Amino acid sequence: MGILDHHKKIETHATLLLVLSFLVVTIGGIVQIVPLFYLDNTIEEVEGMRPYSPLEIKGREIYLREGCYNCHSQMIRPLRDEVERYGHYSLAAESMYDHPFQWGSKRTGPDLARLGGRYSDDWHVQHMIAPQSVVPESIMPSYGFMMNRELTRQDAEHVRDIMRVYRTLGHPYTDEMMELAVEDFFAQADEFADPVDERYPGAQQRVFDGQEGVVTEMDAIIAYMQMLGTLVDFDTFVPDASR
Amino acid sequence: MWDYIKLAVLGGIVVVAAVAASMARDLPYLVHMLAIMLASAITFIWVLRRIGEPVPVANENEYMDGPIRYGVIATAFWGVIGFLAGVFIAAQLTWPQLNFEWAQGYLNFGRLRPLHTSAVIFAFGGNALIASAFYVVQRTSAARLWGGGLAWFVFWGYQLFIVMAATGYVLGSTQGNEYAEPEWLADLWLTIVWVAFLLVFMGTIIKRREPHIYVANWFYMAFIITVAMLHIVNNVSIPVSLLGSKSVPVWSGVQSAMIQWWYGHNAVGFFLTAGFLGMMYYFIPKQAERPVYSYKLSIMHFWALIFLYIWAGPHHLHYTALPDWAQTLGMTFSIMLWMPSWGGMINGLMTLSGAWDKLRTDPIIRMMVVAVGFYGMATFEGPMMSIRAVNSLSHYTDWTVGHVHSAALGWNGMITFGMLYYLVPKLWKRDGLYSLRLVSWHFWLATIGIVLYAASMWVTGIMEGLMWREVDAQGFLVNSFADTVAAKYPMYVVRTLGGTLFLIGGVIMCYNLWKTVVGSSERKPATSPVPAE
Repeated sequence: MGILDHHKKIETHATLLLVLSFLVVTIGGIVQIVPLFYLDNTIEEVEGMRPYSPLEIKGREIYLREGCYNCHSQMIRPLRDEVERYGHYSLAAESMYDHPFQWGSKRTGPDLARLGGRYSDDWHVQHMIAPQSVVPESIMPSYGFMMNRELTRQDAEHVRDIMRVYRTLGHPYTDEMMELAVEDFFAQADEFADPVDERYPGAQQRVFDGQEGVVTEMDAIIAYMQMLGTLVDFDTFVPDASR
Repeated sequence: MWDYIKLAVLGGIVVVAAVAASMARDLPYLVHMLAIMLASAITFIWVLRRIGEPVPVANENEYMDGPIRYGVIATAFWGVIGFLAGVFIAAQLTWPQLNFEWAQGYLNFGRLRPLHTSAVIFAFGGNALIASAFYVVQRTSAARLWGGGLAWFVFWGYQLFIVMAATGYVLGSTQGNEYAEPEWLADLWLTIVWVAFLLVFMGTIIKRREPHIYVANWFYMAFIITVAMLHIVNNVSIPVSLLGSKSVPVWSGVQSAMIQWWYGHNAVGFFLTAGFLGMMYYFIPKQAERPVYSYKLSIMHFWALIFLYIWAGPHHLHYTALPDWAQTLGMTFSIMLWMPSWGGMINGLMTLSGAWDKLRTDPIIRMMVVAVGFYGMATFEGPMMSIRAVNSLSHYTDWTVGHVHSAALGWNGMITFGMLYYLVPKLWKRDGLYSLRLVSWHFWLATIGIVLYAASMWVTGIMEGLMWREVDAQGFLVNSFADTVAAKYPMYVVRTLGGTLFLIGGVIMCYNLWKTVVGSSERKPATSPVPAE
């Protein structure tokens, strides 16, 4: 154990001990994190991924605010039962616009990665107001207050500010999208307004919460839930075996 | 002169915070600015009232125990708050009616769960770590805390961070990253406080009178510097507006997942393990009155532990969209981590050689030993759960919750209780604790509570994992998701009961410590021998 005798040099020198400890703890992170930013196959090339529409961003903000990620994952693993239950396994590309990721760590409730299109808007409204009325075994809290929270122009402008930050981080928002962000925010909750899917392909546009003439938090959260996992065109997706 | 600079800075902060509060774009930001304004105003008045008074010169030959006393009180206080929040959200999962409609979402599980995790990890654990680090570094360096009043800044600054984080969660201000929920303003503030913590700690070590740096301090040092690195990298974000609480984290998708669990697992590895091992290395030898078992083992397991832990993050992301190579690295290092973890356990337990009889008579040492026992159990269970095949069953289930709690309640909780029982009579110069019987009560309530908690979570976790994947002869899934939720109900009742027992133990501890402080008279200083005249 001769080598351990030299430890005296380290443990009698505070700065040396600090610097060495710090160097030792940086290594793992550098090896595991840095390559993810430059290895080409980290994020698959897929058809159909686009950044979030303004109303979907608002819905996602509400999802974060209420801490939905504490009970719901958004990550389908390539295991037989999960693919049967939830659909195609999740791709890295599908969360490339998520700051931060919402894969979750716990399924107190089911996975939501492919929730979009699975239930009707009416079901969602009812489920959010009184979860146990549609799923008797559910232990989810009620979120009925979202029906009464009207979204204002200020909320829309806040979303536009968020889009501006997303744009500096590289999300492909065009000048047109930025200019029309506030209009699109309200238009998406009204099927008779100008179509937003010209700018956001596949965006669903209608009154989501059943309340005409007013855009609420319920509209936003349902618009978000109805698009989850619907964007990628899996007919054109080829898995990369080397990944 | 220095006082006037302080007053100018504090006054400036009050004004800026008041202006920012009046222009706030959202409620959490308003509340946070008011909190900052209030805190600086109180400090302003406090400094003002002392201007012109002669500054008492600190005796360099005395330890600075003021911030440690406050830290001990804060640890006990936040502990009970955190346990209470935990019991409440456990009850919410059992009886969802406890998510009150009248509270308009503010008291729903999704907002209270981060409150619980932050209260126990950062408020209870963090205060225990700061207080014990300040205590240990002074005793083992034979030096007074460096930096004058800086230690007080660390204590109060950290409490302000806790208040900002907690109010933020309830009001819906969150980054949406588990265990890193606070938004940019609170994150920046914590960074400042943490750097001050590092300065006080390092400054004290540098002016030590002992040539060797004691092993406990290696662990504290690694914990402080690593947590600084993790906190900064994981929280890089761009505020949407300087007048609002919302920010956009820079990392996204798969990179954000990797960085988050690099952070998250090493919050466990350094906050809840390295820092608490520092505690173990001081308080167990002290309470047992035996030297640390093996010096060589402590060198080897220290370097191995801090090197290996940092790689373990990806085991939280098995079978996800994280590339396989990263998952495999995470699994490999997690399994290797078993050895240095048990190195620490062996060193802690074997320190009792020759003093095992104390387990019968001293409930405090019993608590510490059980803590190390739970540490050993959890650090076996963890590597096992990080194996991909096991993880495919355990991940997303209550098994993970059970694992975390057997470690957090058993290891972190018990060693902290032991430390508090050791420290309070010392810090307030009392002969001993008010009641050792109550310590025994606390010990048994807490231990039985943990066993109920862990056992019920093992059962629900493995049960729901098996139910999710069960297929019938035709290859169809047997259970709907809702079936598994219903099946967990009885175990959720048991879990809530276990948590309640643990909470009651914590309340008993507070009572005992309180009576120790206010009850018995102050210990007389040892009479120095007077030479005969």
